[in-house]
Amino acid sequence: MGRILAVIMIVFTAVLIAIGTEPTKEKENLNTPTGTVQAFYAHVENYDYKGAYALLAPSSNVDYNTMLHDIAGRDGSLKTLSHLSKSESRVIAHNANETIVRVSLDWTTAVGALHENKDLKLINDNGTWEIVWPKRHEENLPAQVMAVNYLRWDVIHSDSDNDEWGAQNVESPHVRITSMNAVERDGKVIILGELVNQDTVPGFVDVEGILIGKNDQQLGEETSFDKISHVLLPKEVTPFRIDFSNVHLKDVKKVTLNPTSILVPASADPVIAVLHQQIAKGDSGHSFLKGDLMNESGQIVNIPQVLATYYDASGKVIWIDDGYVDQALRPQIAVPFGVSIDDSIAHDVHSYRVVVNHYSLHEAGV
Amino acid sequence: MISRLLTISLACLFASSAFCADVRVPEKTVAGQDLKIATSGSGNATLYLAGPGAAIKRDVKLGEEVQIKGEDLRKSGYYIVALKSGDGDVSKDLYVAPSEPDKINFLARPSRVPVGQPKVIAGTAFIFDQFGNLITAPTTVTFNLSVPGAPAKVARLTTKDGMAYEETGSGSKAGAGQFVVTVGDTSVRRVVEEVASEPCNLRFTVHKEKEGLIAQTDSVRDCSGNPVPDGTIVTFISTEPGQGRSTVDARVKKGVARAVLPAVPGATISAASGVVLSNTEVRWKGGE
Repeated sequence: MGRILAVIMIVFTAVLIAIGTEPTKEKENLNTPTGTVQAFYAHVENYDYKGAYALLAPSSNVDYNTMLHDIAGRDGSLKTLSHLSKSESRVIAHNANETIVRVSLDWTTAVGALHENKDLKLINDNGTWEIVWPKRHEENLPAQVMAVNYLRWDVIHSDSDNDEWGAQNVESPHVRITSMNAVERDGKVIILGELVNQDTVPGFVDVEGILIGKNDQQLGEETSFDKISHVLLPKEVTPFRIDFSNVHLKDVKKVTLNPTSILVPASADPVIAVLHQQIAKGDSGHSFLKGDLMNESGQIVNIPQVLATYYDASGKVIWIDDGYVDQALRPQIAVPFGVSIDDSIAHDVHSYRVVVNHYSLHEAGV
Repeated sequence: MISRLLTISLACLFASSAFCADVRVPEKTVAGQDLKIATSGSGNATLYLAGPGAAIKRDVKLGEEVQIKGEDLRKSGYYIVALKSGDGDVSKDLYVAPSEPDKINFLARPSRVPVGQPKVIAGTAFIFDQFGNLITAPTTVTFNLSVPGAPAKVARLTTKDGMAYEETGSGSKAGAGQFVVTVGDTSVRRVVEEVASEPCNLRFTVHKEKEGLIAQTDSVRDCSGNPVPDGTIVTFISTEPGQGRSTVDARVKKGVARAVLPAVPGATISAASGVVLSNTEVRWKGGE
């Protein structure tokens, strides 16, 4: 009796496994627009892009590679290092044969979570809903040779084999903190400021902050991490932001900031222009800073990061925020960006400044 | 009678022992030079030489000269020469002085400095002989700081306790400053780069080309007229009508910075480098 039961259990388990792993259309609910969208992104989540492509309407008239680039990125962009972790969809317009579904996507990426909203059009084809993939015109630069003659700084270090006492290395660049402001937000003390490379050589910079309490005890020690432009060329200014969790501003007696700089080899390339910057209101009524990034150089910038500094009417830094752009910057092609602004500070913003950090796969350290 | 004879023989014995077992060393010798130590008396003895860089034990015949090789006396300082014989022990002091200046350790700070700053360049020279002994005797040292195209600054100083220190300001001309310290035939060179200071009178022009609006600075120089180094960032800001704004962090190349901005009629263009703002603003109304 026990043996029969064991056999039944094995067979039952095998059937359940088979059902669970069978990626057939029968399992997918393509009879509703949201069902189709959910099925589409379930394929994306499992890296089954061919399966996702099969759910597109033939009238989309997009080839597989175009869809793949739209979803999974290209040119070593942040999207190529991302994984879809969550998708939610809701219908925002519907009739018998056509529906618009807004899908909210959460990606886990190499630099943290990335959120994306997308409106998809679906059409009904004999009871099955299919996605009309939005056709995006991918700008292509005509083949050409771009002469680049930007500066590069190399560093010759002291000959360590010689071991001569008194022989010095070239010293680190001189940097200076030009402004600093401490604010409290979301249960954190946040130190905001700007740092300038006063020197004539490039430097790798960072800022360490230490909070001292009223009894001279140390409340926290943090660095600016990625809320700073680490490589500063001569006379370049970067914002920096240091977050201290679980600290209240009223408990802080003193803030110590230690800027550090190291002389590093660097290149003046690439130049990234930040065009048409504007504070605008989104569909949800929230403010955000938008604009276009233009890579004026000849090599691809794989992962751009936008750092935005906001000032009040007196010129004080009141907020710094950043956003990674999930597309790579190809030469001479504008790529849009957007950084959300907290509504509580939006009305105090008088001016702003945007700088772009860039990470390129061909450069060391990435 | 017997006691008188005993006294004479004891005096003779003391006198002969004092004469017989002795060592004569010069008050001073020079590091690395051979040394002759004379002994007197008769019989065998053991000679000890101990100092900063040597500890020598040698069996000697009293009355003969002892030869110490220069290589055993490379370190300067105070040594003790001791002679141990059956007649008793005797010791003498010996000072080994450093030899001629041969090596300079030169600390020059900083390696890079803006032009026109007083008392910002410091040089410290320590003078050593060929065996690495600090030469504490006063020695004449010459400091020479020169930037191509500008007169050199020369200072002649005398060392004190083996060291000479010179402090000077940066000149008004930018360039790789050659900071040289010389003692006799020996010299050591360091590079103190004198660099342009903050940009001064940042001026630029704007014109239209097919790629967009071209903003280009005049030659970017500091207030002494030195061109700022290539690679210096100049930020061009285009404030467009309707709250829009475009910025380009342009790099100075061959003395000028150039940026391509969107051609938006009515835009106001300004420029900044580091904490220095341009004192000109250009409003582009359209056209060429």
